[in-house]
Amino acid sequence: MATHLRTALFGAVFGLALGVGGASAATVKVGVIAPFSGPFAMVGKTFKEAIAVYQAENGKTVGGDTVEFIFKDLDQANPAQSKALAQELIVKEKVGYLAGFFFTPDALAVAPLIDEANIPAVIFNAATSAITEKSPRYVRTSFTLWQNTVPLAEHMARQGIKTVVTAVSDYGPGIDGETAFKTTFEKSGGKVVDTIRMPLKSNDFAPFMQRIKDSGAEAIYAFLPAGPTTLAFAKAFADNGLKEKGIKFFGPGDITQEPDLPALGDAALGITTTFNYSQAHDSAKNKAFLAKHKELFGSSDTVTFTSVGAYDGAHVIYQMIQKTGGKPDGLKAVDAVKGMSWESPRGPLTINPDSRHVTQTIYLRTVEKVDGKLQNTEQAAFADQPDYGYKVGK
Amino acid sequence: MFGIAVDGVAYGMILFIISVGLSVTLGLMRVVNLAHGAFAMVGGYVASYAAQTLGLPYAAALVVAVALTVLATLPLETLLYRRIYGHANELSQVLLTIGLTFVIVACVNYLFGPTLKRIPLPDALLGTVSLGPKAIPTHRAFVIGMGAVTLLGLWWLLERTDFGIRLRAAVDDPAMAAALGIRTERLYMATFALGTGLAALGGVLGAELLPLEPYYAIRYIVLFLAVVAVGGAGSIFGSAAAALALGVTDTAGKYLIPNFGEFFFYAALILILFRWPHGFFKGRTA
Repeated sequence: MATHLRTALFGAVFGLALGVGGASAATVKVGVIAPFSGPFAMVGKTFKEAIAVYQAENGKTVGGDTVEFIFKDLDQANPAQSKALAQELIVKEKVGYLAGFFFTPDALAVAPLIDEANIPAVIFNAATSAITEKSPRYVRTSFTLWQNTVPLAEHMARQGIKTVVTAVSDYGPGIDGETAFKTTFEKSGGKVVDTIRMPLKSNDFAPFMQRIKDSGAEAIYAFLPAGPTTLAFAKAFADNGLKEKGIKFFGPGDITQEPDLPALGDAALGITTTFNYSQAHDSAKNKAFLAKHKELFGSSDTVTFTSVGAYDGAHVIYQMIQKTGGKPDGLKAVDAVKGMSWESPRGPLTINPDSRHVTQTIYLRTVEKVDGKLQNTEQAAFADQPDYGYKVGK
Repeated sequence: MFGIAVDGVAYGMILFIISVGLSVTLGLMRVVNLAHGAFAMVGGYVASYAAQTLGLPYAAALVVAVALTVLATLPLETLLYRRIYGHANELSQVLLTIGLTFVIVACVNYLFGPTLKRIPLPDALLGTVSLGPKAIPTHRAFVIGMGAVTLLGLWWLLERTDFGIRLRAAVDDPAMAAALGIRTERLYMATFALGTGLAALGGVLGAELLPLEPYYAIRYIVLFLAVVAVGGAGSIFGSAAAALALGVTDTAGKYLIPNFGEFFFYAALILILFRWPHGFFKGRTA
């Protein structure tokens, strides 16, 4: 009963909002929900800066409508708060678009709202494959664990690696990574000799390292969320002599994201990852992007995957506004960008019409020291990688 | 098996060295100092700044970090902590110190930014040393050594010196001690300085395991409190025993059944506190 009443009220309020907002249509508001404070404040900062770069390059108006970004702080994974913020943005601020979302649960939580209000949600990061299945109004411009892992597993098999241990953080994306790796690698003829799931809050990785050593595997596939645990893991890998023993370190590129590289130091050298963006990507578009970023913010050292996620997300929103003439209709806006292709700082992108996730080039990179600075140097490119995890097992 | 024991002891010693400062403030002075993690973090950041930006060698950075942290926190003792000593003030202690933690977190975030910081190690501490069939990182061996030195040093200071005798008297019965002419205020100040100095030392030495970032202060406080609770407030040997027991349990659990994760750490915590509610060694203040 309570739900029905709320739905009715919500509908009424939104209807009014449309009536009022639709008449003028001079400003299109975009609500961005992301962490701007707390342990993940770095992410919000990269989102905000990338959007500013996009607006500096492309102007703040689309077909006569001014685009205004409104930022809401969600400092940690908190689905209830995410929903509350989205509701506030839709009802009070009357936004026409939602965007941002660093964590999967926060993105998932807004599905009923965007369906009810018929508003598109452009996901800048949240990387669990299942999200875009939950509403036809989700569009994602980041990557998924499957998308990064499948080409990596195939590459490792091609290198003649036979035995691998997987070590992942014990949460949604970690398990996605483990499943994707195991499925692909075993299909390619390799063997996963041990699957280790590490608690998200681990501090000491020595016991896991001992276990990896004892398993006799030739290589590891590791995934941890970017941040302090990754640092401790990479250090433990080097310190416990696994690197010396010749065990090869592979994983998705989150573990060597640009802002963490200086702290990782030489422990990161030689880690091979697959990812959708490296700051060192050699293209005119990327150079222009970095130059503009440096011009606006003084340094482009922290530009990383979340930056391009937001940059391309802003592009998608601009295109949606243009193609719908600024009229608020979520489904139409999403339909308008299905199959759209463009050139991003990370390379060519296409929005897959079914999964509404970007099909993109995934790069194989190795951490190297160039002019005294660590970077992810691209070694090979695997073009047109879709989200292999979309509707997997359905 | 030997490998697990060595890794466990190494982890335990690191736990000891980062929590022993709290054992001093919480145990001896009876201040629930939730800002312990923040002091440790300040020490770590000072060392990181001294080593990376000013280019000081590791040992000098360590000394500078400890000294500066003590100097920076002494005014806090005079202005704030002095008002909340004693048994009746536990709620005020928690509120004040957690508030202080948030302030320090915000300051560090503002001054140094949210990215991870490192304290570069000297070449002598890189690489590994072998103990029989098992190799452990040199840095860890160094921390074990420092832990042992700290343990013995504190024992000597508290049990064998005049300072220790006066301190124990002041803690047991402040009024009587003052009546006998012991200057309790100065004594408390010195002990507070000892506590924050040890926090800073732990922050610097433990930085390889608990990387420095602004939320360090909040992220690891449960770990510090667990060690002190199991060890028994105020007992230095208790803290060491607790840290080793928790370190070995955690390491063995993670090695043998990794998917159980942190289960063993917390299970050990519950069981030990169930059997010894005041910790391994009942503190002298209890």
